[in-house]
Amino acid sequence: MAIVEVRDLRKEFGGTTATDGINLTTRDGEYLVLLGPSGCGKTTLLRLLAGLEQPTEGDIVIGGQVVTNLPPRDRKIAMVFQSYALYPHKTVRQNIVFPLAAAHIPRPERAEKVSWAADILGIERLLDRKPRELSGGERQRVALARAMVREPQVFLFDEPLSNLDAKLRTSARDELKDFQQRVGITTVYVTHDQVEAMGLGDRIAVLNAGRIQQLGTPEEIYSDPANTFVATFVGAPPMNILRTGGQLLGFRPENLLPLEWSGKQDGQLVCRLEITRVENLGSDHYVYGTIPSLDPEAKVISKIPTTVPLVGTPNSSETYVVARDKLRYFDPETGERIPSTGAMVSP
Amino acid sequence: MSAIETGSAAPITTQPGTRRKRRLRDRDGMLGSAMLLPAVAYLIFFVGYPLVLAIMYAFSNVTVGSSKFDFVGLQTFSTAIHDPNFPGVVAHTFIITGISQAIVIVLCTVLAFVLAADFHGKWFVRFLVLMPWTTPVALGAIIWLWMLDSIFTPFDWFAQHLGILGPGGHLNMLGHAGLATGSVIAVQAWRTLPLATVIVLAGLSSIPRDIEEQSEVDGAGFWRRLFGIQLPMLAPIILVALLFGIVFTFSDMAVVFILTGGGPGDATQVLASWAFYKGINGGNLSVGAADALFMFPVLLGLAAVVLTMASRRRGD
Repeated sequence: MAIVEVRDLRKEFGGTTATDGINLTTRDGEYLVLLGPSGCGKTTLLRLLAGLEQPTEGDIVIGGQVVTNLPPRDRKIAMVFQSYALYPHKTVRQNIVFPLAAAHIPRPERAEKVSWAADILGIERLLDRKPRELSGGERQRVALARAMVREPQVFLFDEPLSNLDAKLRTSARDELKDFQQRVGITTVYVTHDQVEAMGLGDRIAVLNAGRIQQLGTPEEIYSDPANTFVATFVGAPPMNILRTGGQLLGFRPENLLPLEWSGKQDGQLVCRLEITRVENLGSDHYVYGTIPSLDPEAKVISKIPTTVPLVGTPNSSETYVVARDKLRYFDPETGERIPSTGAMVSP
Repeated sequence: MSAIETGSAAPITTQPGTRRKRRLRDRDGMLGSAMLLPAVAYLIFFVGYPLVLAIMYAFSNVTVGSSKFDFVGLQTFSTAIHDPNFPGVVAHTFIITGISQAIVIVLCTVLAFVLAADFHGKWFVRFLVLMPWTTPVALGAIIWLWMLDSIFTPFDWFAQHLGILGPGGHLNMLGHAGLATGSVIAVQAWRTLPLATVIVLAGLSSIPRDIEEQSEVDGAGFWRRLFGIQLPMLAPIILVALLFGIVFTFSDMAVVFILTGGGPGDATQVLASWAFYKGINGGNLSVGAADALFMFPVLLGLAAVVLTMASRRRGD
C-alpha cells in the first residue's frame, strides 16, 4: 500500500499537450477514479504513472520514492489493460507466474502465490486453460490474479470493463470493487463511464483538456460540481444550465419536479415549464421543455420516476419547482462555480 | 402499383446497356468463376500439364533422341537411384536447403527486430534489405558469379589483407567442394532472406502493443520479453517464413546452374540441377523426370503443412 503523488505533471506529444500541469495525491488504500471524455489525458496520466510514458515536466512519487525516471518494472505497480493483455500462448498458470519469474522469485514460492491468487479470485479450475478458452469475466479475473501476485504498491486499471458486454459489466464492476476492498491496495482507475466512476470510486478526479477539473467524492462531484464542465459531464441526463440574471443557474433534472406532487414549500423556485416532449424510459419519464421566464433559449429536462403520476403533456405548460438548496450558480465567463448571490432568481 | 412499375420500367427501356451491365455485375457466381478463370487456366497449362507429363515420362523410356515411348514401370526410378552420384545429389539438396534456411531464420528474426525499431534512414535500410528479392534469381546469381570469380573476386583481396592468404594467393571459392557448397548456401540465404524478413516483420507488428507493455509492467527485461513473449508469439509466422524458404531453396536449380554448374565435379549438384543435366543436357528425359519427381513428396508435404496452417489461422 502506498500513496501516489503527482506534481506539476506535463506531457506533450509533438505540439499537443496531453496532461497540462496535473497535481494529484491519493490516500493510502484509496480507490481513485480518473474520469473524463476521450482525449482528456486520463489514459496518458495512467501511462505516466506506469512508466510507459516519460513526462515532459514534473514528478511522480509512489510510496515516498520519486519514480519519475524509473522503468515500469522498478515502480512496484501492476497494471490491468483494457484488453487484459493476457499472453495468448501461455496457460492461465503461466500468465500468473510470469511476473513472479521476472522478479526471480524461487519456484516453490511461485506455486504458493499462484494458488493464493487463484483462490482469492476463484479461478483454480481455469489454471491449465489458454486465454482464448476463457470468457470476458474470467479473463478479467486472470488479469487481476496476475496483477496481484507481485504484491504491488499500486494497481493501475485502464478501462478494464469497456470490452465486456453491458450485462457482464455490472457483475464485473462489483467484482472489481470487492477485490480492491479485500486486498486494500491503492488503485488508480481510468474510465470514461460515469456510472463506473460513481459506483467504484472513493474519490473521482474529473479531467478535461489535460487538467483536473474537480477532485472529490462521488457525492461532491455530482451535487457540487466545480464548474459547468463537471456539471454537464457527470449525470445522465446532464445538469440543466440556464443563463439568467447575469449568471448561470444549474439544477439536476431529478430536482425539477411538478408542483402538483412535490407540494408548495418554502424556499422553492417556482416556474412554468413549456413542455415540448415526454419520453418514457421505463423507470423514468424525461420531460423536455423550456422555462421562458428564466431562459427561453435553454432546453431543460425533468426526470421523474414512473412510479409517480406524470404531470403535463407535450405542448402544454405546467408549474414545476426546484428546491433552492439544489440550485447551483456558475460564472458565465469562466464556467466556474460561484457562491449563491443571495439575490432571488424570480420565475 | 402499376404506376410504380411503369415508372421504373421506363429508364430500363431507354438504357438497355446499363441494365445488362448491372445484371452481370450482380451475379456473384458468374463473376467469381470469370475472375478465377485465368488463375485456373494458368495452373492447368503451366503447372498441371507439365506435372502430368513429368510423371508420364518418369514411368517411360523416353529420350530426346528418339520418338520411342514405352511404359517401363519403376525401371527408370531404379536407374535414377542406382546412379553413383544420386546419394550425393540428395545429400547436397538437403544440406544446402537446411543450412541456408537455418541461417535465414536467425538473420530474418534479427533483421525484423532491427527494422521494427525507430531509427534515422529506416526506409533506406528496408529498401536495401528488400533489394535481393526484387532481383531475378538468374541475375542475382550472375552478379554473385562475378563476385566469386576465381581471379577477380574481392574476397581474395580481403583474405590477403586479413592474412589468411599470402600475397597473390587465391581462394578459388567455386573451385573447392567445401567453398563452392558454402557459396551456394550463402547465395540461397541471400536471396530468400528478404521475403522471410518481411513475413516476420509483419508478424512482429501484429503483436498487440498492450501485450508488449504488459510484459514491461510485469517486470520482464529484454531477454525474457524476447524468449518468453515475442518469439513464442512469432513462432507460427516464423514457421511460415521457413516453409516458404525451404520450398524456394529445395526446388531451385538456377543458383547451382549459374554459379557452379553443379561443380566442382558434382560436389554442389542438387536434385533440380541434376534432373536438368540428366534430362535436358544428357538427353535422358525419363531419368531426368524421375530425378525431379524425388522432390515431389517433400514439396507436397511442405505445401500441405502451409495450407493446414493457413486454414487453422483463418479458423481462429
